Amino acid sequence: MFEWLQDPNLQWVLLGTTILGITSGMIGCFAVLKRQSLISDAVAHAALPGVCLAFIVVRDKELIYLLIGAVIAGYIATYCIQYIVQHSKLKEDTSIGVVLSVFFGFGVVLLTYISNNLAGNQSGLDEFVFGQAASLSSQDVQIISIVSLVLVTVLVLFYKEFKLITFDPNFAKALGLSYNKINNLLMLLIVGAIVIGIQTVGVVLMTAMIIIPPAAARLWTEKLSVMLLLAGTFGGIASLLGTYFSTLALRVATGPVIVLCEAAIFFLSLLFAPKRGIVYKNWVFRKLRRSHKNQQTTRKHKVI
Amino acid sequence: MNAIELQDVSVAYQKQLVLRDINVNIPTGKLVGVVGPNGAGKSTFIKSILDIVPRVSGDVKILGDSYRKQRQKVGYVPQKEEVDWDFPTNVLDVVLMGMYRKQKRWHRNSKDDIDTAKSCLKKVGMDGYEKRQINELSGGQQQRVFLARALAQDSPIYLMDEPFTGVDAATEKAIVKLLEEMKKQGKTVIVVHHDLQTVSEYFDWLILLNQKVLHAGPTEKVFTLENIQQTYGGSLQVLNTNQSNPSVLHS
Repeated sequence: MFEWLQDPNLQWVLLGTTILGITSGMIGCFAVLKRQSLISDAVAHAALPGVCLAFIVVRDKELIYLLIGAVIAGYIATYCIQYIVQHSKLKEDTSIGVVLSVFFGFGVVLLTYISNNLAGNQSGLDEFVFGQAASLSSQDVQIISIVSLVLVTVLVLFYKEFKLITFDPNFAKALGLSYNKINNLLMLLIVGAIVIGIQTVGVVLMTAMIIIPPAAARLWTEKLSVMLLLAGTFGGIASLLGTYFSTLALRVATGPVIVLCEAAIFFLSLLFAPKRGIVYKNWVFRKLRRSHKNQQTTRKHKVI
Repeated sequence: MNAIELQDVSVAYQKQLVLRDINVNIPTGKLVGVVGPNGAGKSTFIKSILDIVPRVSGDVKILGDSYRKQRQKVGYVPQKEEVDWDFPTNVLDVVLMGMYRKQKRWHRNSKDDIDTAKSCLKKVGMDGYEKRQINELSGGQQQRVFLARALAQDSPIYLMDEPFTGVDAATEKAIVKLLEEMKKQGKTVIVVHHDLQTVSEYFDWLILLNQKVLHAGPTEKVFTLENIQQTYGGSLQVLNTNQSNPSVLHS
């Protein structure tokens, strides 16, 4: 059963996706708690035109250039979202909807332009739409690992600050924390976590890697540090399983299978998590109803 | 020396001025009420002192120096509606946030810090709630936790944004008692308040605010029917028209 693990190519892919799952799960916690889940979706979609423009400029498929393009485009997208909210009466969800679709539309236009005029079908950029884990090279995995290490280190170093500005931004400002600087740093971490995943999972589904593990983890714990660890664990396990199922058992695209594995973890959590799970809540409610009825009947007996 | 001095402070959101040419000197050791109608800029007044909202113009001095230098001398209680109470953390953790400035980056919360936090919780009548999840608290308990966090800041000056909103009578009484104790210790406490009924009972100094400071000074001098009507633009129902002790129903 485990002879497939001997394949060095697959080992790299497995390592890459697992690291990706852990990193995006941990950093995603702050995106979810700051209620910026949908902004991360916009950032992921906005990465596509960034990747395409980077390719047009440098004419090279070297991952690091494409990722730099994606980071810049993702940042511009978040700026646009905030700009629209501040300078119009539109709400954030509308603003996100506008920015997300415009950037993604532009990305698809660039993608077709590239395949028609620049590289034929050889560019391979279209794998960024839905992702292609199988094409991860050892070099790609190295980039993913190094960036992940940096992101998680920064997350640990500034954990207290991130926690404070997420829970109570005004109090943080009054304490003299530079809210804008710390918030930008946090945004950079989120953009970074998204961007290193787009090649593997694709811009359309990358947001799931950011949102679903923290959402599942939140159901199990009331402690932020535990939530981070759980979300990382869930992300890692889902990536591991998803990669296994897709490359060996099913031979289908890896990114979507990873997302489905995360979804499975989420639904199990939604049902069976202690305290916040549906099963527990129903059980407690029924117990309460039964004991209340019992009390009522005993009271009636006493009256009689 | 005055606790807080504001000189020609103006604050704007987008294109609209919310506060205009605020000039007021708040003396030390007073319980100060900031009173005015909805949208008068009461919260903005506090936030501009704390550098939370940028000023268009003007200058703020805390105990004679800029806020940047005097930050550790000001404690802050934000409106409890401004935070997400479903955040995954517990009561003790929130109170410990008040000691953030004193802690070094790599230090975990020391035993001293935790003891201080616990004693602050005791002062607001929340001892035994250390491990309670914040999403299990009632509105009054949330407010007490915020007060305990401010006490943990251990500052000579406090700014509180509507601490009496959405709390039950018992909590309101407990808060008033706490404020009076703080005053006895010589602290200056500035409170945004909207219940005119209790103004003269709670505060010995008063700022009547409606985009600008209309009146400021000792409560018995400032809290007159005429001044209140001027502040609220005459949209008040007045029960008792006794000039020296106006009793006012809601605006």
